Amino acid sequence: MTHGGSDGLVVDAEVRRGSFTLAVSLTAAPGQVLGLLGPNGAGKSTLLSAVAGLTPISAGRIALAGQVMDDADSGTFVESAGRPVGFVFQNYRLFPHMTVAENVAFSPRARGLGRQAAQAAARHWMARLRLTDLAGRKPAQLSGGQAQRVALARALAGQPALLLLDEPLSALDAGTRLDVQAELKLHLADFAGPCLLVTHDPIEALVLADQLIVLEGGRIVQEGTPAQIARRPATDYVAKLVGLNLYQGRADGSQVVLSGGGSFVVADHGQHGDVLVAVRPSAILVSTESPQHSSARNTWPAKISGLTLLADRVRLDLEGQPPALADVTPAAVAELSLDPGRQVWLTTKATDLEVYAPGRRQVPSDVRTLPYSHDRT
Amino acid sequence: MASLAAPSRLTQRERARRAARGGAPRSVPPPLLVPALIAVAFLVLPLIGLLIRAPWGHLGAALSGSDATQALVLSLWTATTATGISLVIGVPLAWVLARTSFPGQRLLRALVTLPLVLPPVVGGVALLLAFGRTGFAGRVLDSWFGLTIPFTPIAVVMAETFVAMPFLIITVEGALRSADQGFEEAAATLGAKRMTVFWRVTLPLVAPSLGAGAVLCWARALGEFGATITFAGSFPGQTETMPIAVYYALENDPDAAIALSLVLLVVSIAVLVSLRDHWLRGGSVA
Repeated sequence: MTHGGSDGLVVDAEVRRGSFTLAVSLTAAPGQVLGLLGPNGAGKSTLLSAVAGLTPISAGRIALAGQVMDDADSGTFVESAGRPVGFVFQNYRLFPHMTVAENVAFSPRARGLGRQAAQAAARHWMARLRLTDLAGRKPAQLSGGQAQRVALARALAGQPALLLLDEPLSALDAGTRLDVQAELKLHLADFAGPCLLVTHDPIEALVLADQLIVLEGGRIVQEGTPAQIARRPATDYVAKLVGLNLYQGRADGSQVVLSGGGSFVVADHGQHGDVLVAVRPSAILVSTESPQHSSARNTWPAKISGLTLLADRVRLDLEGQPPALADVTPAAVAELSLDPGRQVWLTTKATDLEVYAPGRRQVPSDVRTLPYSHDRT
Repeated sequence: MASLAAPSRLTQRERARRAARGGAPRSVPPPLLVPALIAVAFLVLPLIGLLIRAPWGHLGAALSGSDATQALVLSLWTATTATGISLVIGVPLAWVLARTSFPGQRLLRALVTLPLVLPPVVGGVALLLAFGRTGFAGRVLDSWFGLTIPFTPIAVVMAETFVAMPFLIITVEGALRSADQGFEEAAATLGAKRMTVFWRVTLPLVAPSLGAGAVLCWARALGEFGATITFAGSFPGQTETMPIAVYYALENDPDAAIALSLVLLVVSIAVLVSLRDHWLRGGSVA
């Protein structure tokens, strides 16, 4: 590990749990919110657990601000209680027998402040997170959004040097989630240390994180800014999350032969060899007859295999060479009788196809990038 | 071939009940009802006998006999002391059994729960052989400290602790096992050292089971007879606890025996009421 930030969090470690192995190498600078995005079972929570000292690592090391917290080779290990972390757990884990004030005062007290000073610290953080009116309540009497704020206040009251958030919004209903998310973003901006944020919600990741790491099967498959990852997904999982069609193929100038069948004409940037091609579902036009005299360079037949109503549009699931997702308006579905089984023509412009090399930084060669599959799982 | 059976009558009320709660007729088939009623009679009749024969007119007089009062006082403080000792040493053992693993742990758990099924008199004999004046531990206590345990109030407390502590241990161990350890992890990430976690998170979370286990332990200690009479004897004012006093009073002062029994019955009912949430809901025992 050489890249950057000896004053931040540096993880270069492996955690083995039965047959599952998590192997990651990452850094998070002070003030940075590093989002960990990935499907269930990717190892996101295991990573947080290792950083917090709840799960010892099997190989490598974890250091914060240049100080080793866990080193499997030398055997160095700092117990959880000795690590300056603030952990917001997925279901918050607020102590049910304590009031909000007692929960928030717990960490200052445990870290050595006297009773008065701990209560003063708790009052300060409760005021910052608008919890003063709830000070006397028990966790069972809180709404989801309130409990989330208490969990954050409790973690921050211990004045951690590192903040760990495990799906902080997943326990909330959709209605309160947006408000809490906006507020959380403000508090994360105020936090001076590095912050790891685990999520499987792409919106949450895009809104809250400065930098994203995508974990799949215990490996980092992609890292970059949220915008980079949203525009050029490296794997099928990310493509699905951000709602893109993703194809793997071999480029030869403006021609890309897709490994799943079919081919594309793309804007020629002189690319050769293995590439990924991403295209937005809204950039694929659907017509019921073979289009004539079009400027679009790619036209292929397909069959409608399914329709999904999204908020304001209908997403068509299309079988063809290659298969695709395409977005159309509900009116178009009615006017063109776009029913399952219907034969249609798909068109897309070469300039709407994003072509890029796979295997961005730290993508292991054994992670396969599949063309967009149509499993409705 | 199946054929349609003769219909019976179903009232509107019964129809509504079955529709709401679903399922089978509410009446009990006779082959189940009769034995069930016999069982109820068997359990309830003796208590009725006790209530019928109680010297209601002079209950106070029967209880104020000096032996009875002494026995009551002795029973109360020894049972309470035994419960206190069980809390101090039994809860840590429950934690060790629930939260650690080491070779021989299953054997240890079996040994700890043995007094639950062991005839108490055997426990008394064992205590006597260990702590008696010639026992291997008793000899040391006797020669080093001049301490003789058998047939003293200390022996009463020891016998009661031996028999009753397992009730507390298994209750608390079960609670610790099923407690969500996520809270303890959370406490650790908040900087709490292990004993802080124990006092401020673990114990409060199992407090209901701790209370239930302590009440159960106390009730068992209060009713202890076999181990106590074997190890501590029955010296009035010294080692004669309520159950032992009842047993002896039955011969020469039946009214006092019945009055004392009523007191124990009332205590038992009080214990049952205090444990109702924990035990009487059906299903989960601690």
